[in-house]
Amino acid sequence: MSLKLKALLKSPWVFHLSTGSCNNCDIEILDCLTPRFDIERFGMLLAGSIKHADVLLVTGSCNRQSVIRLKRLYEQMPKPCLVVAVGECSLSRGMFIHSYNCPLPLDKIIPVDVYIPGCPPKPEAIIAGVVKLIEKVKKDKLSEKTKKAK
Amino acid sequence: MAKTIVPIGPYHPLQEEPEFFMLTVEGEKVVDIDVRVGYNHRGIEKLSEMKTFDQSTFVIERICGICSTSHPFAYTRAVEDVIPVEVPERAKYIRTIIAEGERIHSHLLWLGLAGHFLGYNTVYMWVWKLREEILDAMEILSGNRNNYAMFKPGGVRRDIKAEDIPDVLKKINSIVPTLEMLLKAIADDPVLHARTKGIGVLSKEEAINFSALGPTSRASGVARDVRRDSPYGAYDKVEWEMIVTENGDVFDKVVVRILEVLEAVKIMRQCLQNLPVGEIDLNIKDIPPGEGIGHIEAPRGETFHYVRSDGTNRPVRHKVRAPTFMNLPTYKATVVGETVSDATIILAAIDPCYCCTERMAVRNTKGKKLYNGEDLIKLSQRKTERLREKYKC
Repeated sequence: MSLKLKALLKSPWVFHLSTGSCNNCDIEILDCLTPRFDIERFGMLLAGSIKHADVLLVTGSCNRQSVIRLKRLYEQMPKPCLVVAVGECSLSRGMFIHSYNCPLPLDKIIPVDVYIPGCPPKPEAIIAGVVKLIEKVKKDKLSEKTKKAK
Repeated sequence: MAKTIVPIGPYHPLQEEPEFFMLTVEGEKVVDIDVRVGYNHRGIEKLSEMKTFDQSTFVIERICGICSTSHPFAYTRAVEDVIPVEVPERAKYIRTIIAEGERIHSHLLWLGLAGHFLGYNTVYMWVWKLREEILDAMEILSGNRNNYAMFKPGGVRRDIKAEDIPDVLKKINSIVPTLEMLLKAIADDPVLHARTKGIGVLSKEEAINFSALGPTSRASGVARDVRRDSPYGAYDKVEWEMIVTENGDVFDKVVVRILEVLEAVKIMRQCLQNLPVGEIDLNIKDIPPGEGIGHIEAPRGETFHYVRSDGTNRPVRHKVRAPTFMNLPTYKATVVGETVSDATIILAAIDPCYCCTERMAVRNTKGKKLYNGEDLIKLSQRKTERLREKYKC
């Protein structure tokens, strides 16, 4: 594991991007910050700018307007970075798979490290997903494609 | 003084949803505002027309996560209007319970975010902790925290078990003391007064002119509520009060929403205690040709659905009008003339919901230009001229 990735794991800062979601996943992500779940005790913090973030949480079904901006944001992110797809829409576009405005699933646009299913996933599931991501990086099990992109 | 444009969005840390505001400022003062939407468009109306009447309910639910009851409620009422049928009493009560539960959690969510925008992160954390109680109650009733999937044309999908009712009542009653305390704290706080009183005033005339809906209009003294004006569900059978205040500033909008949460708790309590026995579903088989409308009072205002059927099992046309669509233009009256630092709370004060609003975006074939209303009118006029030349009349 590279030194950069090791440093990232202590306190991963999270940037949250909605690419045309129904708001539910976004609110469940915000819920993680509030007293009952309090994800900040693990050192995770919601960053205001993509340039400060280590992890990109993507929600929503990637519509045509947001695909361009998603790519641009991914390029601006300091590398190495990790990408988490939250919710059914960003996993496989869910029930929007036949929509004219949702051309591609998220993992065809940028490399994704962890998928959190659910509509919407519960805050517990989101926390479990991020913990799994940290485990994955610790055991050096990132896929070849992701490593290459990093 | 030179004019400067301050862009907010489309992906701004302040907002969970992507939308774009262009504030034109002179020094500190906002002189104009422009809103661009379309970052959240998913083509839901078209998707709904591709699915059967029963399946559509699930798509409609995903229009918006926070209004995940209002849209199916309005849609099922529109479908029932096509036939037309009256749903059983018990189903009406269950629908009302779920709708009011959604109103409570939606208003609490807004209250927390408003506190966050003003720099009161304590309020944000506190209120969202309170909101978890309601989400737990809804999980007991429906099995999920947000998308309840309780509605179907002709009734409801799930019954409420008698043994769950005491737990739910305990949960919803537990938020009342904290909310009353919060209401007193807001009424006493001098800083909160300075930040919200007299800020972003929407006068009664402007509220009527802009056709503002829901809490936005009720805070300006316009007594407009679908639950009272054309009762549906069990609203005519329970006791509740419509909250109306006079000033129309941000402070009044906060007060209206907190008092509405208390009213919603009252409605939910009465419905749960007086739940009638009987059928919960009509088992509708066929939907005849015709058209129907359904409108209900969502947390943000009146949600309106139109469904046209041609006798097959799919809707031919399904139109959705969300309350934010009517409330967005009031920015022209409220934000202009205020300072940039007040702009965020005024923008948030109508409780905008963009995923509800974004139904249509028209682009030209190169995908470069986004057509607005005027362009569409021009296109339409040009087409008429072409046809006139063609038919020579």
